Amino acid sequence: MQAVFEFFSQNGSLLWEGTLETLYMTLVPTLFGYALGLPMGVLLTITKEGGIACAPRFHAVFGWLVNILRSLPFIILMIFIIPLTRLIAGTSIGATAACVPLTIAAAPFIARMVEQSLEEIDAGVVEAAKCMGATNLQIITRVLLVESVPSLLRGLSISTITLLGYTAITGAVGAGGLGNIAFRFGFQRYQDDVMYVTVALLILLVCVVQAVFNRFAKKADKRSR
Amino acid sequence: MIEIKNLSKIYKEKSGRVVALTDASTQIQDGDIFGIIGMSGAGKSTLLRCLCLLEKPSAGQILLDGRDLASLSGKELRMARRQMGVVFQGYNLLMQKTVFENIAFPLKLEKYDREKVNARVSELLELVGLSDRADSYPSQLSGGQKQRVALARALATQPKYLLCDEPTSALDPLTTQSVLNLLQDISQKLGVTVIIITHELSVVRTICNRMVVIDNGRFVEQGTVAEIFHAPQSTIAQQLIGKEA
Repeated sequence: MQAVFEFFSQNGSLLWEGTLETLYMTLVPTLFGYALGLPMGVLLTITKEGGIACAPRFHAVFGWLVNILRSLPFIILMIFIIPLTRLIAGTSIGATAACVPLTIAAAPFIARMVEQSLEEIDAGVVEAAKCMGATNLQIITRVLLVESVPSLLRGLSISTITLLGYTAITGAVGAGGLGNIAFRFGFQRYQDDVMYVTVALLILLVCVVQAVFNRFAKKADKRSR
Repeated sequence: MIEIKNLSKIYKEKSGRVVALTDASTQIQDGDIFGIIGMSGAGKSTLLRCLCLLEKPSAGQILLDGRDLASLSGKELRMARRQMGVVFQGYNLLMQKTVFENIAFPLKLEKYDREKVNARVSELLELVGLSDRADSYPSQLSGGQKQRVALARALATQPKYLLCDEPTSALDPLTTQSVLNLLQDISQKLGVTVIIITHELSVVRTICNRMVVIDNGRFVEQGTVAEIFHAPQSTIAQQLIGKEA
């Protein structure tokens, strides 16, 4: 008991700051990544064969681009775009700077998640809307993005957790957060206890994110009741 | 009036050409309850998809009040589609929206103001007998109730034509009867021309006044329901009606 108390009085503020930084580096890129990835996913869906704005050639090229971005290992991407990071964030070090590569890694990932969610929608519902005289924009905003909300939310939880994992990598190269603490104390200073607590905190974060999104998704889904 | 003139539809697939409709011609007069009957694979669905403009005909024309549907531009096409309410076989309701919102959907597409939407939806709910289910979701409804929602939605913008694809094939006999009564009611009260695509002879006999028999992509027989049931000419109609009698 005494030891536990001592541990937290020594490391508590460090861990708390690390947690906040990790949350910041997860949520901000998720938000921006979604702002980019959602329209990308919609575009991928509507331009494919049989889509409402079918454009197979554009679809192929755009799909390729998304794949290329997705196939870059995150740590390489991060180094590769340092000039861009400096341009946007003014520096390449720290949590805010880390948000730039994180957003760029998240966008194509989210695009594919969104595409998959939209794919699940019954083609008949889209055809029905078409028959009622809906424009393509109306089909996107009133059918596709409405019918897929529960699935989009589940996809968002996966995206958020993936980003949470990526923040540990940014942490290893100086962006702060729990990953950075685990790396510095566990790997560089052999302070195993700090590393274990960090890992526990990361697990806790993942569980909380998953539980919150599951709850929302279930509440949003009107199909099963 | 809907005129179908020498309509053909050929699908080009990797495995080769599939001929779904060949040289089909008929006229559907205003006020008709028009039955299109055929077995599965006869070309019924293709005909429906051509009628609601989801497919372009390979040859021939569909004239809606004298206007060739294939010649319409994007905006004109959307306007023409609003003349035609469609009830799909699988209902195709929005699963994440309430009954009320489903029926309001076509009205909102046309940017009706809220009061008008509310009034019209209430009216339609009453017409199809679902006023007490306005806030339910489709997953909470029975097949017959979903069919009624689909019907109300199709009628929302006061179309001149109502196109129903197998409106009763998934329903039990009692529900079938009540849906057919409702269709008859709609035809009489609202003066809507109703087109029913079905494989059930009893549906045609119960409510249609005119019919075509479709077989292997061709209209093999057409005329009034009374005539055809009394003296079927084509082999397929003889087979169908013979079995019934």
